[in-house]
Amino acid sequence: MDYLLTEFQQEIRDLAWEIARDKVMPVAQELDEKNEFPHEIMKILAQSDFFRLFVPEEYGGLVENGKGMLELCLVTEQLARACGGVAVTYAATALGIFPIILYGNEEQKKKYLPRVAEGTLAAFAVTEPSAGSDISAIQTTARKEGDYYVLNGTKHFITNGGEADIYVVIAMTNKAKGPRGASAFIVEKGTPGFEFGKKEDKMGIRASATRELIFNECKVPKENLLGREGMGFIITLKTFDMSRPGVAAQALGIAQGAFDLALDYVRKREQFGRPISSFQGIQWMLADMATKIEAARALVYSVARMADAGHTDIAKESAMAKMFASDVAMEVTTDAVQLFGGYGYMKEYPVEKFMRDAKITQIYEGTNQIQRNVIAQHLIKEALK
Amino acid sequence: MLKIDRNKCVGCKACVQVCPFGALHIDEEKKAVVDPAVCTLCGACVEVCKFDAMEIIREEGPRDKFEDWRGVWVFAEQKENKVQPVVFELLGKARELADKLNTYVGAVLLGENVKDQVEELIYRGADNVYLVEDSSLRHFVDEEYASILTRLIKKYRPEIVLSGATAIGRALVSRVAVQLQAGLTADCTGLDVDPETRNLLQTRPAFGGNIMATIITPRHRPQMATVRHKVFPEAKRDEARKGEVIVERVEEGDLDVRSKVLEVVKEVTSTVNLSEADIIVSGGRGLRGPENFKLLEELAEVLGAAVGASRAAVDAGWIPYSHQVGQTGKTVCPKLYIAVGISGQIQHLVGMQSSKCIVAINNDPSAPIFSVAHYGIVGDLFEVVPALTKAFKKALGK
Amino acid sequence: MDIIVCIKQVPDTADVKINPETNTLVREGVQSIINPFDMYAIEEGIRLKEKHGGKVIAITMGPPQAESALREAIAMGVDEAILITDRAFAGSDTYATSYTLSRAIDRIANYDLILCGKQASDGDTAQVGPGIATHLDLPQVTYVKKIVSIDEEKAVVERMTEEGYDVVEVSLPALFTVVKEINEPRPPSLRGKMRAKKVEIPRWTAEDLDVDPDKIGLKGSPTQVVKIFTPERTGEHEIIEGESPEEMADKLVEKLLPLLK
Repeated sequence: MDYLLTEFQQEIRDLAWEIARDKVMPVAQELDEKNEFPHEIMKILAQSDFFRLFVPEEYGGLVENGKGMLELCLVTEQLARACGGVAVTYAATALGIFPIILYGNEEQKKKYLPRVAEGTLAAFAVTEPSAGSDISAIQTTARKEGDYYVLNGTKHFITNGGEADIYVVIAMTNKAKGPRGASAFIVEKGTPGFEFGKKEDKMGIRASATRELIFNECKVPKENLLGREGMGFIITLKTFDMSRPGVAAQALGIAQGAFDLALDYVRKREQFGRPISSFQGIQWMLADMATKIEAARALVYSVARMADAGHTDIAKESAMAKMFASDVAMEVTTDAVQLFGGYGYMKEYPVEKFMRDAKITQIYEGTNQIQRNVIAQHLIKEALK
Repeated sequence: MLKIDRNKCVGCKACVQVCPFGALHIDEEKKAVVDPAVCTLCGACVEVCKFDAMEIIREEGPRDKFEDWRGVWVFAEQKENKVQPVVFELLGKARELADKLNTYVGAVLLGENVKDQVEELIYRGADNVYLVEDSSLRHFVDEEYASILTRLIKKYRPEIVLSGATAIGRALVSRVAVQLQAGLTADCTGLDVDPETRNLLQTRPAFGGNIMATIITPRHRPQMATVRHKVFPEAKRDEARKGEVIVERVEEGDLDVRSKVLEVVKEVTSTVNLSEADIIVSGGRGLRGPENFKLLEELAEVLGAAVGASRAAVDAGWIPYSHQVGQTGKTVCPKLYIAVGISGQIQHLVGMQSSKCIVAINNDPSAPIFSVAHYGIVGDLFEVVPALTKAFKKALGK
Repeated sequence: MDIIVCIKQVPDTADVKINPETNTLVREGVQSIINPFDMYAIEEGIRLKEKHGGKVIAITMGPPQAESALREAIAMGVDEAILITDRAFAGSDTYATSYTLSRAIDRIANYDLILCGKQASDGDTAQVGPGIATHLDLPQVTYVKKIVSIDEEKAVVERMTEEGYDVVEVSLPALFTVVKEINEPRPPSLRGKMRAKKVEIPRWTAEDLDVDPDKIGLKGSPTQVVKIFTPERTGEHEIIEGESPEEMADKLVEKLLPLLK
């Protein structure tokens, strides 16, 4: 399929793939096994300017303000073909700074974005033990004291937790107001009272760091408030609208990576005296897998282009892309394991990792059930117009 | 230049396919055309053309007889005052060439305290040994060694100078050849002479051993070559042989203060040096982890072999780079090469495919390593290797 | 610290295949790449520049299409590049090549260090690096696996040997040939790629270099290739069969024993 990418976009995609193939693939299994964070790979991505793709030009980036979504998706997809964990580590930094790009003031942008352009990792911290899909249940508080906000509470399941230097944290400045009482703060690693808790031992994307953030009387300068008090909920929603295409691209890459392995395998694997790719049952599976992947890609790239074209309300479309691509990732990786037969179930072969990595894409950044809610709500709202 | 006879050319593309440098293409008139900027005049197209359409035309000046250049020399590389085994291989070949040319064999020995090695060089076939001893020659210093060797060659005018294609040999004679404006051919695996022209016919692998090239140096003397280890048999030792020792000195102009060796560090973990080894047992990704190299070490110990590795194993950090065989590692040609759990990427094959006997052990029958192997075992290396170690132990009475 | 890196464009051996019927090299469709060993030289040059300042100039001698190798080097972070190209250079052996490159380096004039890969993957001679050093009368260290320290005056480096390594002190300017162990080459950067597309690459010809016409190209090459052939793949090709690993091992040992005696 020709997605009419510009020459620069093609170069971005190709270079990202070269790095994925040459630098990520050889270590993917080891990172997965050891639950090891890919510091070296992040350094390479930074050196190759990939962190500049989600930073506007005036802050050391390579894209026009408000653009770069498609580029981010292209890179995340290619990285995920080699390792879903590496891909999400990269994309989560974009997620971490979207709130600053969208709602930060000039000082905040000047202070943080150039660092990210150079390769400093970022993270976005919303989820809490009892506030997953339900953001209004957030318990972390921020109380104003003079020139500071004092944060207390615990975030968990935070991608890039412990590894990132820049965090955007959602905390309640006024609990009585419910969702309207949430605010967003930029918190730097090393701020007194900000510590890291448990590192999660995950089923998949094990190269990525998922960790608890603990705030204990953590004093954050009031300049670090993003937007105004009470904007935390809207910042979260808008950020997720922007970040869902990235997760969708990660899912797409995982599906493509598993499919590549499976296609290669069935052409080589012989049974009954011929390659199993000559059996029609196998051929039909391949055809279905490839078609689903292509459909997911079309959806993901389209929503990324909408974002780049300046559409501000892409909630429905980005939910569709995230939901569809992640469901496709799960189906395709499951089928890929099936095509490998017994070998597919063994850790010695790389394909089972893709199946484990795929699962999270149906869960995080809003479960696929929540995505369906979002889509349906928009459909009904649109019908009322 | 390469001349293509357009009347004879039928556009069959045989030459295009065979050109190692991509210098040929077929034009709109279905005739072969050469890009002279890319063509190296290697002659591959001439060989393959069935229609006699290709011809290489060389500008030949009047041929010098080089009557004042005689003798076949060997650079007698030593380390810690001990002549290296490759030198004995070179002496064997040098003797053979010198006999064909009806001339003498010379060996050049430079070092700090190497006098006691002279006899051995004579026993192995040298007629003349040129000995230079000096404390400044304790370690190999490129510039000083090159200066002395260049001076000696200018003085004694050997027609052929051979050196091992070792780290030292390659660095040294590259310098000497430029100082003498001599021809130098690297890494030869075959040497012969044409008694009539007295040209040295130097055959060497190119493109990682996928093709062989024969090279001559018709208009210059001396003719210099570095030679791979283990290609030629060592010269037989004959204690009855007599020879002459010519003692030379370091001159002031030889000394070069610009570089010096501060320290010599040894770090090869296995006892046997890969390039010198007669037998190599190599492991790849199939070993699954560093701990399993133990299996190979056990087998290597029984065989007195060195342990090698594929790039995949080295990149995974299972074994140091000094053990790597292949394009970005060492090129080896032992008598026996046992590849265990190595799939056989072309980059690995180019480093070992000239081994005399290759054994492949791999659980994947379609692994490319089997295409170069003389003997193959398709099976689980974790079962086969221990069984092999046991069988060798029994057979060798160890 | 100003550094010159000498690179060569070579066919990617990973793509080179043998036609099993004619037993000849299939060169069609083979990509051209920067000699893998030169990648380490480029990387080391960029790292030294990043640490000590100065600039890195990449040079190559080859046909006009070799310019793409120089653009790749720029995409990695090399500052400038020069293509040395002239029909008169065609057919150069290592003597003529090192002479020509040394003339180009002489013309660049300002440099502290010259870096080369240890050898080219198509020719495998390892002769051009030392050849350049000799033409320029510079000290050389081959097979450098680590630059321990370096300043304007001198460097301490580790030179790989068959047994381990030597620690060598050398005054600058000097020429090093480097091995794989020295670093891990970086991929190009996006900004580098954008620069590589636009940057002007000067072409230096025989005339620009003030070369001795008797020392360049075919005429200046003492060695001549007289024959190219495909090595015969001799010997048996046998898959050892057996019911058990032990049986296969025994059969193999029987075959190999004569070799060991």
